[in-house]
Amino acid sequence: MTPPTQTSGSQHAISRGVSLYSFQEEYFLRTMSVEDCVAAAADMGALGIEIIPEQSIPGYPLLTDEFVTRWHNWMRVHGTTPVATNAFLDTKLHPDRRLTLDEQTASVRRDIDIAVRLGAPIVKATINFSPEVMEAVAPYAEEHGVRLLLEVHAPFHYRHPWIVEHLEVMERVGSHVLGLMPDMGIHVRRFPRVVSDRALRDGARPELVDYIVRTYDDRGDTHALMDIVNYRGGGPVEFALARQATHYIWTDPEEMLAHMPFIGHVQAKFYEMTDDGGEYSIPYEEIVPVLIEGGFAGCLSSEYEGNRHIQDAFDVDSVEQVRRQQSMLARLLGETA
Amino acid sequence: MFEKYIICEAGFRTRRDGRPGGELDVRMPYYRGLFLSMVEAVDLVLDDRPVPREHTTLTVHGTTYTFDELPHVTDDRWEMGERAVLAFETDEPLTPGEHDVAVSIRLRISYMPVPGGGHTRERLLLALGAGDAA
Repeated sequence: MTPPTQTSGSQHAISRGVSLYSFQEEYFLRTMSVEDCVAAAADMGALGIEIIPEQSIPGYPLLTDEFVTRWHNWMRVHGTTPVATNAFLDTKLHPDRRLTLDEQTASVRRDIDIAVRLGAPIVKATINFSPEVMEAVAPYAEEHGVRLLLEVHAPFHYRHPWIVEHLEVMERVGSHVLGLMPDMGIHVRRFPRVVSDRALRDGARPELVDYIVRTYDDRGDTHALMDIVNYRGGGPVEFALARQATHYIWTDPEEMLAHMPFIGHVQAKFYEMTDDGGEYSIPYEEIVPVLIEGGFAGCLSSEYEGNRHIQDAFDVDSVEQVRRQQSMLARLLGETA
Repeated sequence: MFEKYIICEAGFRTRRDGRPGGELDVRMPYYRGLFLSMVEAVDLVLDDRPVPREHTTLTVHGTTYTFDELPHVTDDRWEMGERAVLAFETDEPLTPGEHDVAVSIRLRISYMPVPGGGHTRERLLLALGAGDAA
């Protein structure tokens, strides 16, 4: 492995955190409670807690006073701080019509209210939030002291028209209210092997899997991959893998520098921490130095998303995976040797 | 994601109301809860025979809905990992022993252009319900 870039002693104001999304396998199966998730993060020195209210809070969108009290108590007991909530926008709530802009704005306001009660200063706007709803809700966010950050999630990237449209609104409204929350899944350099291995277990033809992985890894043109896989006799499993290859992207981490004033929080997405302590696909040893260089002053928040690719054949241990990533991040941030 | 956990292996049973048919516990294959209006289908195939949706209901934390009602339910949610009860009626009482049970769930996820959800199939051992003679 490449030795860590020289970060020891470098000055930065980056904190470490965990999105409770990371423990979705255990929470789904009720082998970990929400408090267990908070405690696990704290145990790794990841003191920033990111939560998806509609994942972790039964009864959402109604928060009982009792839950809010327990939440703040967990933060106190475990020494953690709420750093962000994640908001979804169910524009297709009704089967026969899309939510109007007013209804969408009301939905986001409700999520801002929840963030305020939980004490989180940042709300993630899922990638389907339109520039119009971001602009419409901005005054409410500002009034409530909440920053609304659009996730930059693969296959989108900073030069994508959808993000460019958002950036225009952000420039107009101001970075103190609106901004970006990049998901490090936009820096997938190598095709995640947990994904290709799963396709093989599901019966995909090895030569087609190899073709898809090589095309991705060689920065080949992935646009027509599904068609080629079809010409080569692939079926649904191979098509799904080919589609995945168009949904991962490699963006040079240095592209973050130009947008740093807007970047308020980073979702440290990962698929597989290997036994040697690195992420198989995403080069954090290149990403973290860029964040330091750019003066990023927010939270690097673990987002483990490997469970879904291995749960068919292996025991999922999200806590161990997150612990390994946190250990890597602490090293890259110069907290540990 | 979570397809393999849709069907809860324990708890496949005859109907509590004594009518012919059964009940099983199911979970939504998704990483967050959803308002029920976005649950487009929970389709059941029993021993290779599709059970008509009008013969099924979904009970979420104690409230029972028909699948004609679900599209309009925007004030109740199926929580992440929550066990809901899929109850179904059949023409004849279920035979004791093992059954082949397949469940497909279709979800309307606003940020996805295609339906979400998943499908799974299990061999389940029927437990006798309270309505059955011991």
